[in-house]
Amino acid sequence: MRVLHLCVNGDRLEVAAPPHWTLLEVLRYKLGLTGSKQGCDKGDCGACTVLVDGKPVLACLTLAALSEGREITTIEGLMPAHRQAGGEGADPVQEAFDRCGALQCGFCQPGMMLSARALLNDNPTPSPAEIKHALSGNLCRCTGYTQIVQAVELCVAESTSKKPRSPAWAPGVNPWSRAEPASGGQD
Amino acid sequence: MKSFELVMPKTLDEAIAALPESGQPTERVRVLAGGQDLLGEMKESLVTPERVVNLKTVPGIEGHEPTAEGGLRIGALTRLIDLERDEGLQGSHPMLVEAAAAVATPQIRSMGTLGGNLCQRPRCFYYRNPHSPCLKKGGTECFSYGGLNKYNAILGGGPSYIVHPSDVAPALVSYDAVFTLLGPAGEREVPADSFFTLPSSGEVTRENVLAANEIVTAVTLPAGREAWKATYLKVRERDSFDFALSAVALALKMNGDLIEQARLTLGGVAPKPWRCTSTEELLVGRKIDEETCRLAGEDALRMAEPLEQNGYKVPMTQGLIRRALQALAS
Ligand SMILES: Cc1cc2nc3c(=O)[nH]c(=O)nc-3n(C[C@H](O)[C@H](O)[C@H](O)COP(=O)(O)OP(=O)(O)OC[C@H]3O[C@@H](n4cnc5c(N)ncnc54)[C@H](O)[C@@H]3O)c2cc1C
Ligand code: FES
Ligand code: FES
Repeated sequence: MRVLHLCVNGDRLEVAAPPHWTLLEVLRYKLGLTGSKQGCDKGDCGACTVLVDGKPVLACLTLAALSEGREITTIEGLMPAHRQAGGEGADPVQEAFDRCGALQCGFCQPGMMLSARALLNDNPTPSPAEIKHALSGNLCRCTGYTQIVQAVELCVAESTSKKPRSPAWAPGVNPWSRAEPASGGQD
Repeated sequence: MKSFELVMPKTLDEAIAALPESGQPTERVRVLAGGQDLLGEMKESLVTPERVVNLKTVPGIEGHEPTAEGGLRIGALTRLIDLERDEGLQGSHPMLVEAAAAVATPQIRSMGTLGGNLCQRPRCFYYRNPHSPCLKKGGTECFSYGGLNKYNAILGGGPSYIVHPSDVAPALVSYDAVFTLLGPAGEREVPADSFFTLPSSGEVTRENVLAANEIVTAVTLPAGREAWKATYLKVRERDSFDFALSAVALALKMNGDLIEQARLTLGGVAPKPWRCTSTEELLVGRKIDEETCRLAGEDALRMAEPLEQNGYKVPMTQGLIRRALQALAS
């Protein structure tokens, strides 16, 4: 065992863990932060993505012992950070994923949303191609990629006060727009 | 993952001192940079080191600086994402930036380093499968030869048919880069092209000349390459991220319409970055036209000996060479 001093979602924590444990194991099995998912556990799926000093990294391929002195953000920390910065409700990325129906089973979501958050922090107005590039390390086995990319586009549109583009499956109406909710049928 | 002692050296000398001395078993110690390859290997018990030496605590081997000769020295611990996002490099050495950006995923590039990318181990299915005692792991047979070999070598294979997995390595070979290796006896400089070995000429369980008590500390690009045109093109089965089925690192020094000097290195098709010296010579003095593209493709793949399932790599690589030449013509 080794006592680690970690900073997770703004909290300074002391946690004892074996030296070979990954950050993902410590987050999930010592700190109870099970939002970070253990998918493949070898770098392929991105479900374990967390932000370390603002950059998306794979918690399954990071030793917890080497995460000391870094700011770690997990999905659990997104909404509190947003509120602390004066925002209301959930982080706009979480909001947009919800409104766009960008989730099915939800397993990929924490990682997806953190990759999206890191992108928007770096580049508030990414193009659809840049969005896809930034999310290319997050696999969604339910393959809801279209809505996922649209959710990030929605965030971009709203943060720049532009009207979001209406999605291909709803020509003419815009189910995403807060101002003019779609008539009938859209949830 | 098996437990290990984690060593955090503060200097390069401390790091070297933590590595096995000559004559000691080499399997017991591994250096860790970004860990994006090593942790995967340790989880599958392909390596089970008793000691892991973390290079990230060593200062001074990250970032890049110009050399007195006008070249560029890049620290081995530089992260791939920092190469990818470097605006100066995008202008001066675009092929390196393209190659770094072609590696894996944003998450892996955030942690993965230049040195780790060059020293990463093969991805052959049989090597990565903990239950197959293949040649690369000290066994007696390369199972890909008569088995699954869609992703294996078409050039330079035998007795092992792995392909070298690195995207950055072919670009560095085409830039005539030199690697700095540090060991107990001091530094030595090895040209990128001689750093990587073939299973037939080097030790079959290794892919390069690095000794167990050495680390790569830097990569130096020679002066003048800013004036060359260069590009790295990669084909992968899945577009989001994947290892190369085939890749081309092409650098040309042009004189008007004519090619004055050329460097052509292939990735994803051989156990090491595959330099095509005769094709480079063939290109000299030629214009980039249809015939040049055809001749270059034919010459580069002249020696190809595909296995049962990877014949597709021949026309694919020829197509990539054509595309790279055309991209540099415009
Ligand atoms: C899902 C996935 C996809 C990938 N896709 C690609 C791809 O498309 N293209 C590609 O090129 N790579 C790919 N990789 C491989 C790889 O992990 C990265 O390219 C990365 O750059 C490795 O760097 P690292 O610093 O994390 O290396 P580490 O994992 O820390 O080290 C890798 C190896 O090199 C040794 N080593 C590290 N640094 C040094 C040094 N300075 N001197 C001597 N030895 C050293 C280590 O002991 C270890 O054996 C992929 C990996 C994964 C998990
Ligand atoms: S769990 Fe880490 S990448 Fe799949
Ligand atoms: S919603 Fe099921 S994996 Fe993405």
